[in-house]
Amino acid sequence: MRRWFGPICLVAALWGMGVAASRPAAAQGLVADLSSHLIAITTDFTGQELLLFGTLDDPSRQDVVVVVTGPQQTVTVRQKKETLGVWINRRFTTFEQVPTFYRVAASNPLAEILTERALDRGQIGLRNLELSQASGSNTFREELERFREAFIRRQVESGLYADQVDPVRFVGGRLFRTTIGFPANVPTGQYIVTAYLVENGDIVDAQTTPLIISKLGIGADVSVFAYRQSLLYGIVAVVIAMMAGWTASWIFRRL
Amino acid sequence: MNVYLPIAEMSVNWLAILVMGGGVGFLSGIFGVGGGFLMTPLLIFLGIPPTVAVGTQAAQLTAASVSGVIAHWRRQNVDLEMGGFLLAGGLIGSIAGVYLFRYLDSIGQIDLVIQFSYVILLGAIGLLMMWESLRSMVKRRSSGGAGRGRLHQHNWMHGLPWKRRFRRSKLYISVIPPFVIGLFIGVLAAIMGVGGGFIMIPAMIYILGMPTTIVIGTSLFQIIFVSANVTLFQAVLNQTVDVVLALILLIGSVVGAQFGTKFAGYLRGDQLRGLLAILVLLVCLQLIVELAVEPSDPFTIEWIR
Repeated sequence: MRRWFGPICLVAALWGMGVAASRPAAAQGLVADLSSHLIAITTDFTGQELLLFGTLDDPSRQDVVVVVTGPQQTVTVRQKKETLGVWINRRFTTFEQVPTFYRVAASNPLAEILTERALDRGQIGLRNLELSQASGSNTFREELERFREAFIRRQVESGLYADQVDPVRFVGGRLFRTTIGFPANVPTGQYIVTAYLVENGDIVDAQTTPLIISKLGIGADVSVFAYRQSLLYGIVAVVIAMMAGWTASWIFRRL
Repeated sequence: MNVYLPIAEMSVNWLAILVMGGGVGFLSGIFGVGGGFLMTPLLIFLGIPPTVAVGTQAAQLTAASVSGVIAHWRRQNVDLEMGGFLLAGGLIGSIAGVYLFRYLDSIGQIDLVIQFSYVILLGAIGLLMMWESLRSMVKRRSSGGAGRGRLHQHNWMHGLPWKRRFRRSKLYISVIPPFVIGLFIGVLAAIMGVGGGFIMIPAMIYILGMPTTIVIGTSLFQIIFVSANVTLFQAVLNQTVDVVLALILLIGSVVGAQFGTKFAGYLRGDQLRGLLAILVLLVCLQLIVELAVEPSDPFTIEWIR
C-alpha cells in the first residue's frame, strides 16, 4: 500500500489542478474517464489498449482533444559524423523534462479546430511539443532544431511517440470515445491523460485523468530487488548462473 | 511465446532467445570461447538495450563456462596454477575496465571504443590463427602427420624473472606473462562484455606456448571468475543484469555447449583453429562494415535515469 501512496497523492493533486485551473466562466461541462487507471506490466505483457470515454454538451460545435504524456526524463541526443572514413559520435545536446511517451487524439484535424496559438500554448501535437535544453548545454538554435527533429523521429520509430493524431469518435449524441495504445516497451511511471474541450478555436475546458503504468508480480519484484539491493542481486545472479552450468553438466553426464 | 524482461523493460519471444543461446553455446563448446562476442551483437539486434545485453551476457558466460570446464576438468585439461595467475590479472583488469567503461560511456564514445577494439583484436588474431592453421595443415599433409617437434620457440619471454614450473602445461616460464595477459583480458572483458576467451586462447597458445588441449579448459576456468566478477560489478554499478533474460540464455547455451564439447572431440586441433579463425574474421569484417558505412540514422538517443 505504501508504495502506491506517493503516486496516488501526486495524481490526485494533478487531477485537482487540471479541473480547477481550466474552467473558464463560459465553459460547459466535459466529463471524461479512462477504462482503467493502472496498467500492470506482468511477465506476459505485450502492450495494452485503454479506452477513454466521456461526454460533452454539444458535439455540433464542440470538439475533444486528448493528450497522453508519459513520465518526464532527461535525454541526450548524439549525432554521428564521418571522420577519416569512420562514423563517430561528434555532436550532442541534452534536453530536460522530456516526456517519455506522447500521443494525441482528436475528434477533428487539429489545424481545423484549434488556432496556432492555442496549439502552441497547450503543446498539442508533436510539432508544438517543447523540448528545453538542459542547463549547461549550449547548442545553437539551428542545430538544436535538428536535434529536436531527430529525437522526435527516433521516438516515433520506437513507437513511444505517435506522429499521427488518433481519432476521437462520437457514439450517438454527446458520448465520445477513443482508444489509447501502449506498446510493449512503454516506460513505467505516472502518466497524465488530459482531455480538452475545444470551442471556437480555443480550449475552454480540460480534465486530467491519472494513469499509472507499473510493473507487477515477479517482474516488479525482480526489478525492485535489482535496484534496491543490487549487491545481493548480483550475488544471486552469479550463484544462479553457476548452479545452472553445473546442473546442465550433471544432467548431460547421465545421458 | 512472449515473456517480459524486468530489467530490459521489454517483452521478447523466449523461444528465439533460447535457440540463439543454444547456437552460441554450441560454438562456445567447440572452441572453448564464451561466445560473448557473438551473443552481445545478437541480443542488441533483437532490440535489447546494449548496456543490458553486456551485463546479462556476463551472467550467461559464467554459466556456460562452469558447464564447459567440468567436461575439460574430467579429462584433466585444466592447468589450475596457470589459471590462477591469469585470474589474478583478470580480476584487477576487469575492475579497472568497469570504471573505464563508465568514463567512456559518459563522454559518449563507448560504442566506438568497443567496435575499434574488436576490429583490431579480431583482425589480428583471426589472421594469425588462419595463417598458423593453414601452415600446420600443409605441413601435416607433406610430412604425413608426424609429431610436433619442439614444444615451443624460445624467445624474449624466457628472460623474465620469477620463473616457475607449470606441470600440466609442461612449461617452465615466468609468472609475469600470464598475469599481464590476464590483466589485459580483464579490461577487455569489462569493456566488451565478453569473457575474452577468443583473445586469451591464441595468447596462451602463441605467447605462453601452452598445449592446445590444456588451453581451452584453463581459459574456461579463468573466464568463470572474471565473468562472475563482471556480473557482480555490472549489477551493483549499473543495474544492467536481467536474470530472466540470463536464465533463458543460459538454459539454451549450456545445452548447446554440451553438444559443442562432444562435437569438438571429432575435430583436429588445426581444423578447430581454422574454423575459429574464419568465425573471428567474419565478425571483424561485419564490424568494419558497420563503422565505415553511413548509418541509416546518424542520431541516437539515450535516456538518463
